[in-house]
Amino acid sequence: MANIRTMSFDAVIVGGGGSGMRAALQLAQSGYKTAVITKVFPTRSHTVSAQGGITCAIASDDPNDQWQWHMYDTIKGSDYIGDQEAIEYMCQTGPEAIFELEHMGLPFSRTKEGRIYQRPFGGQSKDFGVGGQAARTCAAADRTGHALLHTLYQGNLKNKTVFLNEWFAVDIVKNADGAVVGVVAINIESGESVYVKSKATVFATGGAGRIYASTTNAHICTGDGVGMALRAGFPVQDIEMWQFHPTGIHGAGTLVTEGCRGEGGYLINKDGERFMERYAPNAKDLAGRDVVARSMVLEILEGRGCGPDGDHVYLKLDHLGEEALNAKLPGILELSRTFAHADPVKEPIPVVPTCHYMMGGIPTNVDGQALTVDREGNDQVIEGFYACGEAACVSVHGANRLGGNSLLDLVVFGRASGIFIEKQLREGISLKDATDEDIQRAMVNLNRVNQSVDGENASVLRAELQSIMQNYFGVFRRGDYMKLGVEKLDKLRVRVENVYLDDKSNGFNTARIEALELLNLFETAYATAIAAEGRTESRGAHAREDFQDRDDENWLCHSIYFPGSKEIGKRPVNFTLKTREPFEPKIRTY
Amino acid sequence: MLNVSIYRYNPEVDAEPFMQDFEFDAQGKDLMVLDVLEKLKVEDPSLVFRRSCREGVCGSDGVNISGKNGLACITPLSEAVKGNKLVIRPLPGLPVIRDLVIDMAQFYAQYEKIQPYMINNSPAPAIERLQSPEERAKLDGLYECILCACCSTACPSFWWNPEKFIGPSGLLQAYRFLADSRDTATEERLSKLDDPFSVFRCHGIMNCVQVCPKGLNPTKAIGHIRNMLIRSAT
Repeated sequence: MANIRTMSFDAVIVGGGGSGMRAALQLAQSGYKTAVITKVFPTRSHTVSAQGGITCAIASDDPNDQWQWHMYDTIKGSDYIGDQEAIEYMCQTGPEAIFELEHMGLPFSRTKEGRIYQRPFGGQSKDFGVGGQAARTCAAADRTGHALLHTLYQGNLKNKTVFLNEWFAVDIVKNADGAVVGVVAINIESGESVYVKSKATVFATGGAGRIYASTTNAHICTGDGVGMALRAGFPVQDIEMWQFHPTGIHGAGTLVTEGCRGEGGYLINKDGERFMERYAPNAKDLAGRDVVARSMVLEILEGRGCGPDGDHVYLKLDHLGEEALNAKLPGILELSRTFAHADPVKEPIPVVPTCHYMMGGIPTNVDGQALTVDREGNDQVIEGFYACGEAACVSVHGANRLGGNSLLDLVVFGRASGIFIEKQLREGISLKDATDEDIQRAMVNLNRVNQSVDGENASVLRAELQSIMQNYFGVFRRGDYMKLGVEKLDKLRVRVENVYLDDKSNGFNTARIEALELLNLFETAYATAIAAEGRTESRGAHAREDFQDRDDENWLCHSIYFPGSKEIGKRPVNFTLKTREPFEPKIRTY
Repeated sequence: MLNVSIYRYNPEVDAEPFMQDFEFDAQGKDLMVLDVLEKLKVEDPSLVFRRSCREGVCGSDGVNISGKNGLACITPLSEAVKGNKLVIRPLPGLPVIRDLVIDMAQFYAQYEKIQPYMINNSPAPAIERLQSPEERAKLDGLYECILCACCSTACPSFWWNPEKFIGPSGLLQAYRFLADSRDTATEERLSKLDDPFSVFRCHGIMNCVQVCPKGLNPTKAIGHIRNMLIRSAT
């Protein structure tokens, strides 16, 4: 063996957020030896910041609600590049997954009938888009992510899941067949590197919003899973698709839930005009997030922005009344007072579109199995490798995610991955053991960082990366700018690969972790840049000034970025539904 | 220039802990304490602290700020600086791993002791278990705990008996399950708390209430548990 210790498990989940803990729970319940590797204590994961809720047709607000309507909304919201098979699975299985969470103790808000409270969110409709606004987002006040994450952690404690808390996965270990047989990970507290061997390795590593300078994402959202997958030679899908949430607090980036608009809040420009009435006459402030974010940027660009620099708009809530705000949006009152110095009871919140969610990621099927594409263009399962949650691209969000669907995605597909792996383990998994060289290969980056003698600090390089992404790959994109952006990234790559770690101490060395995170941020950003420049159309969150229309003839497909060639290919979107005829692409209006 | 004094200790190189002074230019902005730490870390990457969400919901960055426990990310300089000086130390009472990072094992062990999960062995219905808004309202002020440990590490009873006294955070969560209409293990839960230490080491000095960054009231929850214990004993 390589000169590091080995720990063996039936299943290892990398990431202790919502999807990772849901997958872990499934496996721990079935008695398999399961470990969660998480770089922060589980309840510090970014799922905790989700506010508004989890969208699902549980027929509480409307007893006649149907999961098929939710499916329609999600497909339309995805601008038709969400895989319909996966969306059908998510919307149909959703209610069962939600009720399980409730039985586990999740403190949902309630209706007077005692059922789970649901609020309206953007892009929601009844009767396939013609029955008006639906209220389908299940909420625990405006702290749904917190309630969900703590409930899942508690469920895992009850089922005795092994947690490797404050451990950081460095790279994937592949065997001679190219199958994934675990990861090399660092115990952050001691600095020890360990080969964590597993029959099934699940990446539930979350997003990478920190590739942008302005983001709602936590410091820890650094695309570790995407970075590791790319370094192992595996592709990522639709990685150009980044959601900019309409309402991040101006200056701070902190998220203000779409639930504010669901509860009756609306956006105004400097003239006090409710401008979304012009852009989306029917859904208004509850149009798709991509539509609202672009409308806000246009208002700002056309000189109707608020504040001394005219660089934001206002979210107005005061007309809802103090009592309703205290009951339904208590967390928002806190955040706005702290970070915007604005009391929403009396004055509007300054907001601006802010990077929020990675729709793309590691391509998977509905069982969570990670996929690659062979030379003939056929999907190939990567043995031993699974992904779920934001790190994965299953793909239920396509080019634009609907609010409240991320929590549903992570619960449903965390669960589905767990169920499938459980079945595989029962049937028996035999993968070739990794050799010393296989393990050594997963330590190359770590060794390079540990042995660095010159170069620049991670914080400097990270700031530069974030600024390039913000300036060249933001809400609106243009081919010539993006080409320039890619050139800048090419130059930055050399410097990132030469990142310098000054402090070589072992114990709780967060500078080492930040240097390794930078490598992941960079790979994610680079894939984003190439895919964004390559997709010559506008669709969902990907809005190009030089290709303003959706091009179904050429781009009604997934992009797939291959790290070896640094090029993108195309992968067909799934249009097969089990329960009805598929939904054909239509012009998307709200 | 603001004087920032930070507790430093890296057991691999330092014989003992020391306070290190930094000069910091806030450029007149009312930054959060976490912003200051982040900027100082750019200058000195060996400075170590925990952080994640930077908006007061994940509970990573509990530290002692100019003498009071709080979250660095939501404590503005205007509240924290006294006489142009900002002093940042690790949360008191638990072992220090390095700089501002403490070993929270004892704190988490107390949390686990209270069985922090729903217990209801009756068959689950096909939909959710019903709960009225009034029953649900009993969980407000309890479920919001972020496990930051600001309260327990401000509590002298916890300093004295961290292995026997559950501490304010764990007890707040104990009451969160006792108060939940869906949980059926009230007696079992109470019997596990019924000893001289688990609950009764609380002397009601309310340090926990004073420091909770989420505005929660563990003392009140402990009072409810005491009443339940007394009632169940008679």
